[in-house]
Amino acid sequence: MDWEALRLSLELALWTCALLLPLGTLLARAMRSLRPGPRRLIGALVALPLVLPPTVLGYYLLVVMGRASPFGELYARLTGGSLVFSFEGLVVASLVFNLPFAVQPLERAFAAIPRNLGEAAAVSGLSPLATFLRIELPLAWPGVLSAFALVFAHTLGEFGVVLMVGGAIPGETRTVAIAIYDRVQALDEASAGIMSASLLAISFLTIVLVYLFEPGRRRDG
Amino acid sequence: MAETPALEVELAQEGPIPLAAAFTCRRGELLALVGPSGSGKTTILRAVAGLYRPRRAEVRCEGETWTDSERGVHLPPQRRRAGLVFQDYALFPHLSAQANVEAALGHLPRTRRPDRARELLREVHLEGLETRRPHALSGGQKQRVALARALAREPRVLLLDEPFSAVDQVTRRRLQRQLVLLRQRLPVPTILVTHDLEEAARLADRICVLHRGRTLQIGPPAEILNRPASALVARLVDLGNVFAGEVVGHDRAGGHTLLRWHGHLLEARLREEVPPGTRLDWVIPPGFVVMHRRERPSRGERENPVGGRVEELAIFGETTDVTMRVEATPGLSLHFTVSTHAARRNRLAPGAEVRVSLLAEGIHLMP
Repeated sequence: MDWEALRLSLELALWTCALLLPLGTLLARAMRSLRPGPRRLIGALVALPLVLPPTVLGYYLLVVMGRASPFGELYARLTGGSLVFSFEGLVVASLVFNLPFAVQPLERAFAAIPRNLGEAAAVSGLSPLATFLRIELPLAWPGVLSAFALVFAHTLGEFGVVLMVGGAIPGETRTVAIAIYDRVQALDEASAGIMSASLLAISFLTIVLVYLFEPGRRRDG
Repeated sequence: MAETPALEVELAQEGPIPLAAAFTCRRGELLALVGPSGSGKTTILRAVAGLYRPRRAEVRCEGETWTDSERGVHLPPQRRRAGLVFQDYALFPHLSAQANVEAALGHLPRTRRPDRARELLREVHLEGLETRRPHALSGGQKQRVALARALAREPRVLLLDEPFSAVDQVTRRRLQRQLVLLRQRLPVPTILVTHDLEEAARLADRICVLHRGRTLQIGPPAEILNRPASALVARLVDLGNVFAGEVVGHDRAGGHTLLRWHGHLLEARLREEVPPGTRLDWVIPPGFVVMHRRERPSRGERENPVGGRVEELAIFGETTDVTMRVEATPGLSLHFTVSTHAARRNRLAPGAEVRVSLLAEGIHLMP
């Protein structure tokens, strides 16, 4: 069992959730106020990682994060390091390939909130920020939970993009999913089996937790 | 002593929702906006609350300008202090009744909000239900939480959007009674949107009749129901007896204006300003159509007698609505109401002969 790889995977998943859930929530909330045209366009862009082959997505991420690109150069100047083949680079890649898993459930959750609740809040004197924090966010909470579970589980399982962007540097970018691949290549079936089983258990647990929380909240309304 | 109105509203735009509405409402007055669905009632309410912004609009409340499109003023709803009860109540589903009310108490220090919210809930008779969430409340209880929430801001104007439409008849009566009692101690202008004319007549000081966003007539219920401004208003307030006629002259000594109506010459309430020869619509509310009894003559029998045959009888418990086909004028029907026992005693039945008088004071000309 490669504990380092497991720790790395969990760290990556937590970082991704910590950064992507707030960002995704703001994006999903902003999409609710858009006209249908722009909203669908953004929705399509957000969904793109679902249909792109991981190699294509990984390739473009490499191009964007490489030192030759403005973004990579800026990052190098600010931090002195490189995004390519680093844990930080993996986090950036993870934010991108998880976008639909975070935004889609959140968008559905916000769309399900009756519009006149926002109006009732405004007439009651609540500012837009207070309305968001006290009315909309609590009502969209099941969507936040779904987004968390999907992003967390999906990050643990992502293979192609991680391999393209991060390589397989032990302790830096070799996640469990990649470690399993390495073990299989090395014909170490016992290790691969144990790691696969742990990954399965963690993912299953995450999903179950969310499903346990959801139905009670659905009834309020 | 002319009191300045507490609320002045003027809205106008061609589309997408056509509006041409203007009305005022005094402190403590209840003005009912009445009209068919799509007449713009709710839109007007939303414009007063600041949730909708018509192209041209002026809303003033207690000397404060809330909207003035010419000067580019449009206060957000948060700064208007308008208490709005939504048609479906729009309670926050994840919050208890108490927390729903507290949400509208932002103007109070945090520590005083719980007590004030409990007080408001007690005022609408919801003590003991403070911790319930909306899904565990009945329709009438939800409406009362919505009312308590609207009152929480100490509103300068109370806006009620069909507040009684989603509850059963018994609950409706109880809630209406509560509104009447509430008004006795709440000196703010109240705007009630309803499509139910009876409700408006029972609750309102004045009724504003709307059609396609346009104010057609504003006045006390009795005036609207007895002296509608036009045939359209008469139809909208469900007055059946609207006819066309021609003024033929005025009998000043008798206090009558003479009106030709098909073969009949009718005496109507004197309206000297209408010149003879004017063709116009006229209306007679059902209460001014008096049936002649069979055995004994009754009051006003000589006044505008009209004969005919019963076409339809609709019995509604104690009262019966009669449709009478006027003799010698095909296609012309009069509607009136009699008590059901009078209908029986006079042996009213489809096809039976019947005579009525059209009381002159009830004949209202609409030039």
